[in-house]
Amino acid sequence: MSDAPIIELQDVRKSFGPVSVLQGIDFRAYPGKVTALVGDNGAGKSTLIKGLAGVQPYDSGTVMFDGERVELQSPRDAARLGIEVVYQDLALCDNLDIVQNMFLGREEMSHGTLDEGVMEKDASDALRSLSVRTMTSVRQKVASLSGGQRQTVAIARAVLKKARVVILDEPTAALGVAQTAQVLSLVERLAHQGVAVIIISHNLQDVFEVADYVAPLYLGHLVAEVPIAETSYDDVVGYITGSKTYAGAETSA
Amino acid sequence: MTDTQTTASGPDAVLIASGVEGGVRDQVRAWWDRVRGGEMGALPASAGIVVLTVLFTFLSPFFLTERNFANLLTQAATLVMLAMALTFVLLLGEIDLSAGVTSGMTMALFVVLDNVFAVAWPIALLAAFGAGLATGLFIGFFVARVGIPSFVVTLGLFLGFQGLALTIIGDGGLYRLQVREILAIQNSNMPVWGGWLMLVVILGVVAATSVLDRRRRTRAGVPNRTVTLVWVKLAVVLVVGGAVVAVLSQNRSASPAAIVAGVPVVVPIVLTILWLGTFLLDRTRFGRYVYSVGGNAEAARRAGINVRMIRWSGFVLCSTLAVVSGLLSISKVGSVDAAAGREIVLSGVAAAVVGGVSLFGGRGRLLHAAVGALVIAIITNGLGLLNLPAGVNFMVTGSVLVLAATVDAVSRSRASGTVRRN
Ligand SMILES: Nc1ncnc2c1ncn2[C@@H]1O[C@H](COP(=O)(O)OP(=O)(O)O)[C@@H](O)[C@H]1O
Ligand SMILES: [Mg+2]
Repeated sequence: MSDAPIIELQDVRKSFGPVSVLQGIDFRAYPGKVTALVGDNGAGKSTLIKGLAGVQPYDSGTVMFDGERVELQSPRDAARLGIEVVYQDLALCDNLDIVQNMFLGREEMSHGTLDEGVMEKDASDALRSLSVRTMTSVRQKVASLSGGQRQTVAIARAVLKKARVVILDEPTAALGVAQTAQVLSLVERLAHQGVAVIIISHNLQDVFEVADYVAPLYLGHLVAEVPIAETSYDDVVGYITGSKTYAGAETSA
Repeated sequence: MTDTQTTASGPDAVLIASGVEGGVRDQVRAWWDRVRGGEMGALPASAGIVVLTVLFTFLSPFFLTERNFANLLTQAATLVMLAMALTFVLLLGEIDLSAGVTSGMTMALFVVLDNVFAVAWPIALLAAFGAGLATGLFIGFFVARVGIPSFVVTLGLFLGFQGLALTIIGDGGLYRLQVREILAIQNSNMPVWGGWLMLVVILGVVAATSVLDRRRRTRAGVPNRTVTLVWVKLAVVLVVGGAVVAVLSQNRSASPAAIVAGVPVVVPIVLTILWLGTFLLDRTRFGRYVYSVGGNAEAARRAGINVRMIRWSGFVLCSTLAVVSGLLSISKVGSVDAAAGREIVLSGVAAAVVGGVSLFGGRGRLLHAAVGALVIAIITNGLGLLNLPAGVNFMVTGSVLVLAATVDAVSRSRASGTVRRN
């Protein structure tokens, strides 16, 4: 593997009571590359990224960022490192408008008060750079947006602050064909800008379209982390369902 | 605050609008779309004020007199203050049933310290505010830290504080307020020129904030609303405020021997707190976070907001402002008894909801709560003039509340229903 990973997880574990969801995961993500995290329902994908987001810290294990050991105990820790997450259940406030949602938790201030002008400008620019055409006003309340539009706002929120790592949890699950294509091209654009993208998806077609690496999770274990070119659709299905084990080269080689 | 631009649509439209484009007509249409979409704000309550004023003017010759108008304002002040206090917790999707008895208990403390223990009144006042603050911290601890629903915690306090007041004051006991400075709040008027000066200050503040906001947007490179709207706003303030000050500048004395004129002192006090609170909610991070926690606490948490601290602060603000409401109450009534604040809290919640503050959290403004409180106060005042039994007042107020809550629920489902039209 060419570059040094920006994120490297070593032996992370997480349990909910007696249920051991992550049982010693080693995982990496590389700048400028899309890494797809795949796995069946309940495999632990969301749990894995919630740890990276600082929302639900791991019980044990090491997180390396840029080759240095870091603590991810709160969303602020993650935000400080430039890790942004777009959640499956989009974390947006219906009662706030698009600009307010995009800047929630990191508002632009001037003279101790909210600088709505600057925020509106930056939000518009971010949406424009993603070629978003389907919204009428950046001051629209999020309550009045469609599913695809909400997804776009959530992604734009993540790219707004020039994040170094963007994690997308099932970004296309609720979208139609056209909007899925739009989101996938957005994912590619992010990677081109040097962002390390981690994408969770059920849709292997999507995965093979955008991912550089694929990392299948099975029952709390990471089966492998392989370059997409060196694996096949059938192999990945096998890893996900547990009917195949990874027999290739060591991923850490 | 929010704008829905309806003109731009279709795949080839300008990318994304600001929502501030177009002239007055476009802006009015956008506003009307928002209203129809369920963002009615204080519109129903404002209409209610007009209807009630017309109604009571027909029913009682005394209703639309200078004296009753001034009286109405001082009567309403306590409720306006309490409704504003409650708005801070309602916005979080919480409730404080103890806000009324908190104001009563802290006033009992204040008056007893002053009367019985001969504590200097500013110190007694500090103690009252300290007790209010402590109450907010106490509620916040159980709600935000322990995780008990605020309804339960504050219901417990509602009962507990009545017991405390009974213990301090005694059953049937009553303490007279003897602090002239506090009595003056509700019983004295500014000189006539003071009222006009107040109006000038208000116009100045409105103009200055508009200009500064526009300058900021220009500097950031985003468009401004048409400047006509600033003039319209100033004109409305001038006409409405001017009418109020003019009426209150007339002599309203009952006896020909004396002259009573001028804006009651309580008016600028309440307006100042309204302005400060609105500034906090609209223009600071804290305010934005209050709305976000009320809208979606999980989203707020994931955005790195300290949700617990925001909830906690909301209860502290509510309880502390409840002390101010208590001050306005004893200043008006002149005394405090063991039952002080027991009944008013439900009117306070009703006032906020009638004004357009959502019980579901995340929607509403302090001004809405104040307008709602005026509606309730007008009902109480008007029915009182008609010599109707107190029972009628409760029934009418109750009906208005249910009506307002229905509007709240319907507009809420509309706000998320209009949505998926595209
Ligand atoms: N907060 C939680 N408390 C208890 N169990 C949880 C919690 N979050 C996830 N789980 C459990 O952990 C497992 C993995 O969940 P998740 O990470 O959401 O899976 P995925 O995203 O791969 O579908 C599931 O069995 C789920 O029930
Ligand atoms: Mg999941």
